[in-house]
Amino acid sequence: MEVQRRKPNMSLTKVPMPHQDPIERASNFNEVALGYTAEMAMEEARRCLQCKHRPCVNGCPVHVKIPEFVHLVAEGEFAAAYDKILETNCLPAVCGRVCPQENQCEEVCVRGIKGEPVGIGRLERFVADWYMKNVRKPIEKLPSNGHKVAIIGGGPAGLTCAGDLAALGYEVTIFEAFQKAGGVLVYGIPEFRLPKAIVAAEVDSLIKRGVKVETNMVIGRVLSIDELITDYNFEAIFLGTGAGLPVFLKIPGIGLPGVYSANEYLTRTNLMKAYDQRYDTPIRISRSVAVIGGGNVAMDAARTALRLGAEKVYIVYRRSEADMPARLEEVHHAKEEGIEILDYTDIDAIESADEREVSSILVHKMRPGEPDKSGRPRPIPIPDSQFSLEADTVILAIGTSPNPLIRHTTEGLDFDKRGCLIADKVSGATSRKGIFAGGDAVTGAATVIEAMGAGKKAAAAIHEFIVSGQRAEVPEE
Amino acid sequence: MYKILTKRELNDAVTMMEVEAPLIAAKAKAGQFIIFRVDEYGERIPLTVAGTDTERGAVMIIFQKVGKGTQRLGALEVGDAILDFVGPLGHPSELEGYEHACVVGGGVGCAIAYPSAKALHAQGTEVTVIAGFRNKDIVILEDEFAAIADELHITTDDGSYGTKGFVTDKLKELIAQREAEGRPPFDLVVAIGPVVMMKFVAKLTAEYGIKTLVSLNPIMVDGTGMCGGCRVTVNNEIKFACVDGPEFDGHQVDFDELILRNNMYRDQESKGKPHYCRIGLTAARDEEE
Ligand SMILES: Cc1cc2nc3c(=O)[nH]c(=O)nc-3n(C[C@H](O)[C@H](O)[C@H](O)COP(=O)(O)OP(=O)(O)OC[C@H]3O[C@@H](n4cnc5c(N)ncnc54)[C@H](O)[C@@H]3O)c2cc1C
Ligand SMILES: Cc1cc2nc3c(=O)[nH]c(=O)nc-3n(C[C@H](O)[C@H](O)[C@H](O)COP(=O)(O)OP(=O)(O)OC[C@H]3O[C@@H](n4cnc5c(N)ncnc54)[C@H](O)[C@@H]3O)c2cc1C
Ligand code: SF4
Ligand code: FES
Repeated sequence: MEVQRRKPNMSLTKVPMPHQDPIERASNFNEVALGYTAEMAMEEARRCLQCKHRPCVNGCPVHVKIPEFVHLVAEGEFAAAYDKILETNCLPAVCGRVCPQENQCEEVCVRGIKGEPVGIGRLERFVADWYMKNVRKPIEKLPSNGHKVAIIGGGPAGLTCAGDLAALGYEVTIFEAFQKAGGVLVYGIPEFRLPKAIVAAEVDSLIKRGVKVETNMVIGRVLSIDELITDYNFEAIFLGTGAGLPVFLKIPGIGLPGVYSANEYLTRTNLMKAYDQRYDTPIRISRSVAVIGGGNVAMDAARTALRLGAEKVYIVYRRSEADMPARLEEVHHAKEEGIEILDYTDIDAIESADEREVSSILVHKMRPGEPDKSGRPRPIPIPDSQFSLEADTVILAIGTSPNPLIRHTTEGLDFDKRGCLIADKVSGATSRKGIFAGGDAVTGAATVIEAMGAGKKAAAAIHEFIVSGQRAEVPEE
Repeated sequence: MYKILTKRELNDAVTMMEVEAPLIAAKAKAGQFIIFRVDEYGERIPLTVAGTDTERGAVMIIFQKVGKGTQRLGALEVGDAILDFVGPLGHPSELEGYEHACVVGGGVGCAIAYPSAKALHAQGTEVTVIAGFRNKDIVILEDEFAAIADELHITTDDGSYGTKGFVTDKLKELIAQREAEGRPPFDLVVAIGPVVMMKFVAKLTAEYGIKTLVSLNPIMVDGTGMCGGCRVTVNNEIKFACVDGPEFDGHQVDFDELILRNNMYRDQESKGKPHYCRIGLTAARDEEE
């Protein structure tokens, strides 16, 4: 596309994002970042230099046509900008909010060399929100091509794969274990960061396009993969079952009441709405909370605890704050809201004063050593640095791995040492004919956009597979 | 939605229902459970599959109305529908290879024990059942147990029916009696009921070295292994009851930890849900500062 150049906005900083006031927002579950107005978006879009070599596009896991869509925003052509993003990314309202842009498109943005990069994520979000509010295009169900595909898991990988296949006329059924589709987007990421109405709208539009969503279906228990192939005539299967199994530390006190996995704490709050009086879901009432970990999950758990009424919330992390894998913006927001980060600190034990429930944790300090495999300094314990930290609730956010249910109930699928499915990087093909996989189930805990990208690639591969006249088979005994 | 096909009150607090869920009915085995949610605002609550009828696509559940979730289920009538009904979850009981089993049920635990007793009987195992209740008024499933047990012993705490005493007293007596009469000893005890009961049964059978299975009932959320809320310590290792269990070797379970964990929300649930969050409290806080 030949774009006509107009004078760029040379401000070194992004147009500021309007936010809810930190004190106000620490006591509600409404979205923190309020989004750009049309004027703000157009002004920010004019910061883009329309670089010929397009580094931002290569920084994006699904190669969103960034300079093109940003140019359209600058021109006020928001609907066209939306269509441009949608060519490669079907969940822009989600990605605009939760992608780690600082490690992707914005990391390599030319404007970032001197000053802040273009606010690509904010623009993506603006375009998606504007479109949802202003454009009501009737969604049409395509005529069926007569081929059936089953998607296991309704997270971003599964939803994307389903959407792309439905667009090609496939009869797609999503089987989801929970009561609602959305995966981590509904049970993990909190309302104040990703309003659930956005996820619901995405799922809704899939249903309108003819995708069937079967909730309460734990595949491996109620139906096996092989039964889907033999008894229900699915010609191909996509496994997007995520990495939902929480890791627990092997330290004393881990079984005490008041110790949660972040998954449980967040599921009770997000999916089961413990914060909403109308719901029966109980959750612990805390004064002081220690969250162990430094990723997005830890930030979400900490900020949720604050909103549920805790007076003091610590994040305990064994490396430096700069090494935290969480999105920069989330760390920044957490600190603004009053959450205290204890970095270079590692947990030894969870203690109980009355032998009934948690009252404190025992921690020690660390210092940076030589760089490890991840390139970050390896944390080394400092002798005699142990101290006790008061906490009536402890939330572990130290990682998750894929649920072993599919592994235990399906013959012939290959998994690696960590329990991740082994699948072709490009096609998502697994060791079994007609079974494809992608997202966290393959990579281990990663990102929404990577899961989405994997779902997209698998959809293309499944189409190719079925068009070539093949179908999934159950191996002979 | 999942339709309620039949409903029967077994006593004042315990209800039996059949729910239409053909896929689950076709798959469920003894020892597995379902999770239901009455409506959008309800909790996810686990209940054992007490029986199935594949022809009618029915799953039987027997539950004690102990709190809001089970009371709300109990308030529904035949023809009403439940929003969510997921299963079958957990591992089926592993009952093969035993010849002389004693199934010990306590209170509503009898409902959870019944399918195991039935499965043992069906595979030709000699089945002795000890069913314990607080008093006569709450005895359940007597006819059902009688139909499949080689021997049925009912105990009540107050002696108002059957033998007076706890199930552990009866079990000890039977073990001694079998030895005295030269009958083969029990090679399996299945104990299901209040955690304290399972703890003491396991303590007793450990003395005699009798393999003992218990079915644990920790507080659960998803029932698929993704929250860890149901974790229990078994043989000094963390296990998730919903996927690794719910049945475990009773001699290896840390029952005291389970008792603590099951009381976690007791205050909240007995008083009704309090106001947890600070929504609406900002103004008050501003005044303080
Ligand atoms: C708290 C939290 C915060 C995060 N924040 C961010 C962020 O800010 N930015 C970002 O990019 N990423 C973030 N992530 C990571 C991101 O959410 C995941 O990488 C992404 O959701 C993976 O998508 P997926 O589709 O592979 O799996 P999931 O989203 O995990 O979905 C898998 C789905 O499969 C279902 N399922 C599993 N087993 C079965 C079965 N046997 N039968 C039927 N259904 C089954 C599950 O119930 C689930 O709905 C976060 C993760 C968490 C937990
Ligand atoms: C695998 C499994 C199978 C089960 N099968 C059956 C069954 O077949 N029939 C049956 O009647 N019950 C069964 N239970 C127990 C049942 O799930 C609980 O009684 C139920 O969750 C209580 O929910 P509620 O909302 O009615 O009460 P709540 O208001 O949640 O709680 C009321 C009281 O019960 C306690 N409580 C809450 N959850 C549990 C629990 N899981 N176990 C013990 N006490 C609890 C609370 O601390 C409180 O004191 C089973 C539990 C598990 C984990
Ligand atoms: S790198 Fe930055 S300035 Fe260059 S085209 Fe991409 S967004 Fe625009
Ligand atoms: S109930 Fe969540 S892991 Fe078992």
